Amino acid sequence: MLRMLWQRALVGVAVVTGVVTLTFLLLHAAPGDPAERLLGPAAAPQQVEAVRHALELDRPLTVQYASWLRRFVRGDWGTSITTGRPVGAMLRAAWPATARLVALSLLLSYALGLLVGAVQTARSGARLDTTLSVATVTLFALPGFWLGLVLIMVFTYWLRVLPAFGAAGMDADFLSGWARIADQLRHLALPLLTLTLIGVGGTARFARGALLDVLAQPFVAAARAKGVSESRVLARHVLRNALGPMLILLGLSLPALFSGAVLVETVFAWPGVGRVMVEAVQSRDYPVVMAATAVSALLVVAGNILADVLAAWADPRVRGAAREA
Amino acid sequence: MRLRDRRALFGLTVLAAVAIAAIAAPVVTAGNPNAQRDIVATRFLPPLTADLHGTFHPLGTDRFGRDVWTRLVYGARISLGVGLLAVVISVAIGTTVGAAAGYLRGWPAMGLLAFTDFALALPRLVLLLLLAALWQPSAALVVVVLGLTGWMPIARLVHGEVRGLAVRPFVEGARALGARRARVLWRHILPNALTPVIVAAALGVGNAILLEASLSYLGLGVQPPTASWGSMIASGRDTLVNAPWVVTAPGLALVLVVVACTLLGDALRDALDPGAAKR
Repeated sequence: MLRMLWQRALVGVAVVTGVVTLTFLLLHAAPGDPAERLLGPAAAPQQVEAVRHALELDRPLTVQYASWLRRFVRGDWGTSITTGRPVGAMLRAAWPATARLVALSLLLSYALGLLVGAVQTARSGARLDTTLSVATVTLFALPGFWLGLVLIMVFTYWLRVLPAFGAAGMDADFLSGWARIADQLRHLALPLLTLTLIGVGGTARFARGALLDVLAQPFVAAARAKGVSESRVLARHVLRNALGPMLILLGLSLPALFSGAVLVETVFAWPGVGRVMVEAVQSRDYPVVMAATAVSALLVVAGNILADVLAAWADPRVRGAAREA
Repeated sequence: MRLRDRRALFGLTVLAAVAIAAIAAPVVTAGNPNAQRDIVATRFLPPLTADLHGTFHPLGTDRFGRDVWTRLVYGARISLGVGLLAVVISVAIGTTVGAAAGYLRGWPAMGLLAFTDFALALPRLVLLLLLAALWQPSAALVVVVLGLTGWMPIARLVHGEVRGLAVRPFVEGARALGARRARVLWRHILPNALTPVIVAAALGVGNAILLEASLSYLGLGVQPPTASWGSMIASGRDTLVNAPWVVTAPGLALVLVVVACTLLGDALRDALDPGAAKR
């Protein structure tokens, strides 16, 4: 187990280093001079020269790359062009909001997705199965930003029950105890619902396939032949064995989930990494864009390692494979 | 069994209808998707109304008095075009990388696989945002960038298939007859490895259409005033209460087309791979 963790952590470090390298290369491959892009067309040549020197752009590419890596590891990610704040502080303030939203929606969409998939498997081929299949395909196809707008239309403007923007109300600082928690939950409701609804579509589709695959295995027939009741076969033999593929999907679906979170954060003005990144891209705030890319890779890699640990815990064969490797 | 046929039928019907409408756009609509007339008199007309000039608007008008139906149909050109072209690029790169990684041995294969896994671990939208920040957004950039960020799953699929096929007797037979390695790969292995690629391509088109809409919604894809479903949703965002149809129409169109692509992909997988037919 420890050995597997160690291997996974090494791969994670390699991936994050790769992303940091990629952002560096892309920034230099893009047309135009970074210093001129930073300053805009009205800059005087002396200003451009000064910024070029400050950013070390006048030094060889390898030297620039080494210092970029060094500063990244130290957490010195420069200052934002639009806000003037240190990029590190901006992202340190933003990442918990993203992690909370993504983790909660992951948990909910897995629970619901497994439930829907299990119901479909139990009623395989029946009308209920078909109806649920149509529903999950539709959920899977929904654009997150559009679903978010529709939910705002319904819950904020028509029913007037839930807030549409931000992570806390304007009066949050004056609330105490339960009122404050309730306020935060009300703000969380719509972004979480949007992300979860889309997630359920994908997870339920995968869960149904995984469960049906296990159901076709000989040991299921053996259990039935032994006289094990159908509900016990589903719960003990089928669900338990479908958990492995489900946990592997967890790791694979993290990047897509993170992409979805970027859009949902933008729609609901949720103060997370995704919104910071979109705003930075729109205002061409390069230091923030670079660092946000690296932080999102870091979050995805951390989530992937967590998913691997869970998969090893759920399936002894995965543990064995890691030991032999 | 009957469900399978209905899925393919639904998917093909929807995609064919949208494609025909997109190609015949000038015939089925009022013409110019960016046409604005008397803005004050013609803006925010609800669906199924006619304006002062007697022009009928089946889906109403937006904040500039532009006909939503016309923009929807011209937007389909962008959505389908971008989706298809991006997937063509993805399939070309993915098949090449996957075939090379599956057929080569030693460190070149390892390197290609490691690079694929690395690219697969990144959130695609984050990469798209990064590229959109560095280059000027345009439809062509969206196609290239979607193509360059979508090949990894296809490479993994082709790699798996090629590895499995390379040890089969008919490949050994071709080698024994003296066929060169490149010819064996091109004529004997690749044609047999394409089944999962076709399925992945159908699903990939839906995904690419969604991502194009997302980018255009953020203002980083197809630029206004060109009609795109994503930018139409963005332009209706501020008038959600007064004119919900501006946001609703392109959203439903997106869902319909992506559902059609997904169902078509599912049906293709079941038809081409009998082993998975029970799904």
